[in-house]
Amino acid sequence: MNTSARQFKEQATLLTQDLRHRQLIQTAIGKYEVVRDRVRSRYQDWNAARQAAAEIKWEAVNHLDEHLTRFATQLEARGAKVHWASTGAQAREIITNLLREKQARSIIKSKAMTSEEIHLNAALEQAGFEVVESDLGEFIVQLRKEPPYHIVFPAMHLTRHQISELFTRELGSAPTADPEELTLIARRVLRQKYVRADVGFTGANFAIAETGMISITENEGNARLTAALPQVMVTLLGIEKILPRLEDLALFLPMLATVGAGQGLTCYNSFYGGPRRPGEPDGPEEYHVVLLDNRRTELLADAEQRDSLHCIRCGGCLNVCPIYRNVGGHSYGTTYSGPVGSVITPHLRGLLEWKHLSYASSLCGACTDICPVKIDLHHHLLQNRRNASASKPSRLERLAFKVFAYVINRPGCYALVKKVGRMAQRLHPLVKGSRLDPAYAWTKTRDLPPIAKQTFKEYWSSRK
Amino acid sequence: MVVTLFIPCFVDMMYPRVGISMVRILERLGHSVRCPESAACCGQPAFNSGYWDEARTVAEKTLQALADSEVVVIASGSCGAMIKKFYLDLFRGTPNERAAADLAGKCYEFSDFLVTRLGVTDLGAHFPAKVTFHDGCHGLRELRIKSQPRKLLEKVRGVQLVEMAEEVCCGFGGTFAAKFPMISTAMGEVKCSHALATGAEYIVSNDSSCLMHIQGLLDRQKSKLKTIHLAEVLATT
Repeated sequence: MNTSARQFKEQATLLTQDLRHRQLIQTAIGKYEVVRDRVRSRYQDWNAARQAAAEIKWEAVNHLDEHLTRFATQLEARGAKVHWASTGAQAREIITNLLREKQARSIIKSKAMTSEEIHLNAALEQAGFEVVESDLGEFIVQLRKEPPYHIVFPAMHLTRHQISELFTRELGSAPTADPEELTLIARRVLRQKYVRADVGFTGANFAIAETGMISITENEGNARLTAALPQVMVTLLGIEKILPRLEDLALFLPMLATVGAGQGLTCYNSFYGGPRRPGEPDGPEEYHVVLLDNRRTELLADAEQRDSLHCIRCGGCLNVCPIYRNVGGHSYGTTYSGPVGSVITPHLRGLLEWKHLSYASSLCGACTDICPVKIDLHHHLLQNRRNASASKPSRLERLAFKVFAYVINRPGCYALVKKVGRMAQRLHPLVKGSRLDPAYAWTKTRDLPPIAKQTFKEYWSSRK
Repeated sequence: MVVTLFIPCFVDMMYPRVGISMVRILERLGHSVRCPESAACCGQPAFNSGYWDEARTVAEKTLQALADSEVVVIASGSCGAMIKKFYLDLFRGTPNERAAADLAGKCYEFSDFLVTRLGVTDLGAHFPAKVTFHDGCHGLRELRIKSQPRKLLEKVRGVQLVEMAEEVCCGFGGTFAAKFPMISTAMGEVKCSHALATGAEYIVSNDSSCLMHIQGLLDRQKSKLKTIHLAEVLATT
């Protein structure tokens, strides 16, 4: 077993037994589900909306080259600078060089999972820059020196008491259990940071090819301040964020808000398309957009799983996933967790190292049913398993399936095995649930029904 | 009608009563039942583990055994999904592609067969108990079977159906239950707590594989809650 798989199993073992965690996540997601379903019921036909969204994304992804070129051309025509990064390392280098060139010291950031993907904060801090996350959840997990727990709700795993303790320890504030007061404490700290920041860094929810604009969705107004106050603005986004037309947002903004947070529409939806123009009161003097590939084009080349690039990072599949709910966001050890993370991580970071995530699923399909852009998530997990077994099969497992096939395909042999099994199981109580039990993986926590005194096939032949 | 009944391997070995109940119900409705001996397993364990060649070896045998049927009833939603949906993937580009598509068109999960194909909901069953219903995920999301078992339960005399708070997987997932037993168990515990909260005496399902997992957990916890297959409920008189 490789390191990632071992770590996943260790973390999953801890978290699945942590009943406090189970209750916390169950409650948080329970509340979200109520509002999500209420908002969703306002759609005349939710499934038709999903189909329409999937078709738009299909068009966007299947003509990605044209849309990206159009997006970049439009942006540059308004004075923005577009950078193309093939890898995470390239993106980090582009951004670090840019900050050095601008002699920046302090960077204020709004939420960007793409920056987590390329471990940007660590690289910038190592290069001597101060990086401050301005999204409240991200601010909290940054203070805790841990990655986001969830792609939409980074601090979902924490109670207000834990946050209060954290603020007291890290910011010296007085303890309080009032969420509003906690928010104000963060706000006081952050306001200073916005004013002092040399560069504002953002992600993007969508990139509109038609107008050459990025669209940012947020509830706290922190992205607006991040974009408006510093002299230089930098946006990092994956190339799959493209939407062909501005009007597509009429569908995508409400759908993202609905599945992402159970809102009809997110509080702030802003578009950015270049630096401040003459006569405009605010905005950056320079605007840089970094387009990141980082193996997305390999996913694009995979006809079977290309639709994974439809993902709008709403987090809907994480919320409905019983595996995510029980192991929690950190166990995955990936930037993108939950079903979509299990699907794409093997493509982005290597199949053999990350295949275990595709096996860590009951294939229940709740993810596929909720996905607003209809990614065939749980079937992609099956395909990843098939690809992993084809490229590096487990000899033992393959042998077991060969033996199984041999036995089950020969009625006489199968009948004999059942008879032998029926005798052998008399000895089972001696080892049941212990390490010596061949069925230990099952019997450690569960009883196993015995082979019946008369199997169905025996019953059937006795009738004839 | 001559109904070919496919009894999956684990139902054959561990839950023969489920198969026997189905035979009784189908015969009571005036159909004749055949169970080809060589159809033993749908091949799902190997398929779900990624070993498609080994899965095909098993699936081919079942495909051949069921091919000349008028109609096929499958005694599990999960194996039903395998045969009706995943055989199309498994046999794509092979000489059996056409046969897989033909078979898919005449396959039904048991409750779906009664309600959709036969239009029968009242089987004259009597089961005086408070029950809750667990939807196996393969039946629910691959085959879209949700209303059928409920329509059948509604007509059972004495039964009181209380739904669980949430439609969520029980955590069985085939080989997943053995590969990630800690996650599977946690999911099962959540499922059992939902079922217990309904105050039901029985968890009824149309999938014995889920029930094997749920009952296994309940037995270990010495719970009084019991599981029973829908066919066994419907076969009561």
